[in-house]
Amino acid sequence: MRALVAVLAMIALAPMAPRAEPAPVAIVGDAIPQPLTAEAGDPARGRAIVVDRQKGLCLLCHVGPFPDQRFQGDMAPDLAGAGARWSSAQLRLRIVDGSRLNPDTIMPSYYRTEGLNRVAPAFRDKPILDARQVEDVVAFLATLQDPSATSSQKP
Amino acid sequence: MNPAARIGGLALIAMLGAFAARAQIADADRKSGAAFMSAQTQEMQRDDGANPGMLAALDGESLWNARTGGAGKSCADCHGEAQTGMKGVAARYPAFNEASAAPIDLQGRINLCRQDQQKATPLAPESRDLLALSAFIGLQSRGMPTAPPDDPRLTPFRERGRALWSQRMGQLNFSCAQCHDDNWGKHLGSAPIPQAHANAYPIYRLEWQGMGLLQRRLRNCMSGVRAQAFPYGAQEFVELELFLAERARGMPVETPGVRP
Ligand code: HEC
Ligand code: HEC
Repeated sequence: MRALVAVLAMIALAPMAPRAEPAPVAIVGDAIPQPLTAEAGDPARGRAIVVDRQKGLCLLCHVGPFPDQRFQGDMAPDLAGAGARWSSAQLRLRIVDGSRLNPDTIMPSYYRTEGLNRVAPAFRDKPILDARQVEDVVAFLATLQDPSATSSQKP
Repeated sequence: MNPAARIGGLALIAMLGAFAARAQIADADRKSGAAFMSAQTQEMQRDDGANPGMLAALDGESLWNARTGGAGKSCADCHGEAQTGMKGVAARYPAFNEASAAPIDLQGRINLCRQDQQKATPLAPESRDLLALSAFIGLQSRGMPTAPPDDPRLTPFRERGRALWSQRMGQLNFSCAQCHDDNWGKHLGSAPIPQAHANAYPIYRLEWQGMGLLQRRLRNCMSGVRAQAFPYGAQEFVELELFLAERARGMPVETPGVRP
């Protein structure tokens, strides 16, 4: 039961390294074809970010194929099979700024700083993930090919 | 969320992002925050012998009767028995304060009495004594329906609270409404999202291992989305409290609540 609490507090305590403001990205259709970094993303690092409740925060909302992860959220689609449903370019836009596809979405825009309101000083003018982290997450999501693989560790 | 609403355009994003008008919870679907807790925690709230908030209320009772400040007066010297004089009072706060021509919440009222009547220093936000008095006064309304006053002077303030409720904020860019109107009953990680009715405050929260007032909860929600929380006592909080009271109109007061 004790582990069931403090989710919101945990989000707030994320240690943040200073980061540069996001560089402009080129959106083509529903995708960002050009990777944000020259170096290719690393799926293993990406997985670590996705399951990290302070960095990626993804599992606060999503379930996915993560049998080792307790307390996955149920506010968003299952991540299992995301790499089969979407190309890397499409995944990139969904992480960078999903609000370009659905203005009402609750999914945070991970690589955007403008148009936000009352951001706490520690997070001001910093994207949630930096360019390399976005590429790592995209590389990991691309490996999620099996839609039936979910662990569905419901809360 | 709504696939029908998949429209692009930055202007729209800014507009909808700022004030997405969303589904309000129907009266019949309203649930106290306690409904989202485990049976064990519910029982803890129900049982006065186990509810740690009752200890704070007991402290509050001694403070109610203690003479203090330059005037050497107790709350009881002016208001008499709290069981009669304070019955239903917490259920109708925040209320309009003539002197400041602005709404004040119960804590604001307590501190005005301390300053003006008792000639004592105001109690600090979330201080032990303010929690205790709030719990004790709240207890006198337990079981009574939340009944915000029909005072037209409150309307502009409540409407500002309503606007704040649906304004996205913080690095994670959430509005209160997106969690509490649109996604209540779902889970944020392990935490069930309640409807955010404020009818049990102050509460004893197991995670805090202590009591907290509503503003402490609201500050938690704001920093959770990485927004800069309003300072304790900010007018914005009183405006949000006015809106929350209206939203919970008719729901029975449960003070002191227990939360995980
Ligand atoms: C606060 C909630 C929330 C968080 C946090 C979140 N998402 Fe999402 N995500 C959503 C929602 C809701 C959708 C559905 C699309 C929409 O809203 O338009 C979505 C859609 C997606 C999609 C497309 C899903 C599909 O197959 O249709 C992917 C991929 C995705 N998210 C990945 C991630 C990753 C990776 C992270 C963390 C780095 C993350 N999300 C964090 C709420 C969230
Ligand atoms: C990202 C989701 C999220 C957002 C945004 C959010 N809250 Fe909450 N809120 C929660 C959760 C989850 C809880 C339950 C406490 C917990 O488990 O941490 C909660 C609890 C509450 C409660 C206490 C309810 C009870 O029964 O004790 C109130 C009141 C409240 N929120 C109001 C607000 C207001 C006002 C805002 C905007 C300023 C807001 N919340 C923004 C998730 C959110």
